[in-house]
Amino acid sequence: MEKRVTFNERWLPYLLVGPQIIITLVFFFWPSGQAIYQSVLIEDAFGGNSKFVYLDNFIRLFSDASYYASARLTVVFSFLVAAIGLALSLLLAVMADRIIRGATAYKAFLVWPYAVAPAVAGVLWGFLFNPSVGIVAWMLQGIGIEFNYVINGNQALLLVVIAAVWNQISYNFLFFLAGLQSIPKSLIEAAAIDGAGPGRRFWDIIFPLLSPVGFFLLVVNIIYAFFGTFGVVDALTKGGPGHATNILVYKVYNDGFRGQDLGGSSAQSVILMIVVIALTVVQFRFIERRVHY
Amino acid sequence: MVENRPFLTVLSHLVVLLGVIVIAFPVWMTFVASTHSQQTMLQSPIPLLPGPYLFENYTKVLTEGYGRVGSTAVIMTLTNSLIMALGVAIGKIAISIISAFAIVYFRFPGRMYFFWAIFVTLMLPVEVRIVPTYGVVANLGMLDSYGGLIIPLIASATATFLFRQFFLSVPDELTEAARVDGASPMRFFWDILLPMSRTSIAALFVIQFIYGWNQYLWPLLITTKESYYTVVMTVSRQANVVDSVPSWNLLMAMAMLAMLPPVLVVVFMQRQFVRGLVEVEK
Repeated sequence: MEKRVTFNERWLPYLLVGPQIIITLVFFFWPSGQAIYQSVLIEDAFGGNSKFVYLDNFIRLFSDASYYASARLTVVFSFLVAAIGLALSLLLAVMADRIIRGATAYKAFLVWPYAVAPAVAGVLWGFLFNPSVGIVAWMLQGIGIEFNYVINGNQALLLVVIAAVWNQISYNFLFFLAGLQSIPKSLIEAAAIDGAGPGRRFWDIIFPLLSPVGFFLLVVNIIYAFFGTFGVVDALTKGGPGHATNILVYKVYNDGFRGQDLGGSSAQSVILMIVVIALTVVQFRFIERRVHY
Repeated sequence: MVENRPFLTVLSHLVVLLGVIVIAFPVWMTFVASTHSQQTMLQSPIPLLPGPYLFENYTKVLTEGYGRVGSTAVIMTLTNSLIMALGVAIGKIAISIISAFAIVYFRFPGRMYFFWAIFVTLMLPVEVRIVPTYGVVANLGMLDSYGGLIIPLIASATATFLFRQFFLSVPDELTEAARVDGASPMRFFWDILLPMSRTSIAALFVIQFIYGWNQYLWPLLITTKESYYTVVMTVSRQANVVDSVPSWNLLMAMAMLAMLPPVLVVVFMQRQFVRGLVEVEK
């Protein structure tokens, strides 16, 4: 889409677009280029000297069992975050959509977790499940479950998933609710007249009509689980115990800053960039479809 | 509703109410913990109702911080967070509204290149290219500065796209009228376009303010001086200190203070917030 009426100026447009282009070049293209450049270099332990090693960093990465472990973990983690988050928020949205009186009040009480920083969300949930003072850990102990996320890897992963879902649920809820409210009431009424009960109406009419929103949210949630959960992981588990919560985006940081393995970390950055670009392309294609929908 | 099913209505209320309670529970416990003494918070089970130390705890963290060597008064970290959040929100809106204006309202050589250069930055989060971005900022001598905290985060395409979308929907007649009346492009921008974009700006501001406030990894990496610490990073950093007896009451008071400003923004600007979320994703 283009404007028919435009202004004729020689230098002004460059001046206007300049600030953003400069910032993009300096803080986006330069570091991204560096990441690609460093991913084919190896630096010795004392810095300074670096050597061109072709794709050795990538080969090393792909023959590293811990990288595969981290990749597998990330897939499991994002699946859990997306599945649990979408299911819960869909349930809440469908129920909230049924409520006529007090719906706005409920909405106000459900949207605010979005505003809580992931790192702070991690601290809150870590406090609830803290092995010595956490109230939920204490209650679980009361019913015979020993919950200690500091030493138990699976429980640590579960806790990170819970905190991540909690942080994202209001986002999903708002989009599902908007989707539900845009479904024409006449469709629902027609089905009701034909004798379809609420369950039937949900599965045969509402659910298919919500699928574009659902698919969009799925991509957003996967991107969120891949990259947005860094703060949750860092505040709760720091990737541990062992490597139980060492997801890819955390590994990039861990290897680069703590392990000082710049080449390996950059190679991981490059792979993650490709993943984001792929996900973004998927999302854009879908959005184009949604326009025609 | 299409029919009256009292049972389902009651069920809906119950489910949503349960959801609200479960979602609010962590914050309730945080609040409760922030109102007790350190002793109370070291015995399990901890109380479920607020205690009498509210003012004491909050005053202490605001003025002295966590009360240990290397801790920073929260009033200072809150100020830094505010500067960072406002800087990110205003900076992003400012640079993207003018670049969207240039791309939509002018024809100039290289326009499409600029457009695509901005486009590819879409959705590539700073976490992914964190190591090299740190290197660039260090090379530029921007560690431990507000510029270093803010400027790398305003390189993003979402706002530019939002404004571009909006400008494309502005009727051409307005531009024509302005040109006939002899208004310069900047005059048109200030007097017509900017006032018309008010709601988009407000919506974007809410989203970007929260985004800036909640940054964690970036301030953690590039600040080494306490005077630049932000509140979110200090909360998380203190939570990870395991050396001595934790002061849960003070830590949780800090967490409450770190959450409060963005949550208030969302609650009081809910309409703009929802609009912003939906529009940013369009």
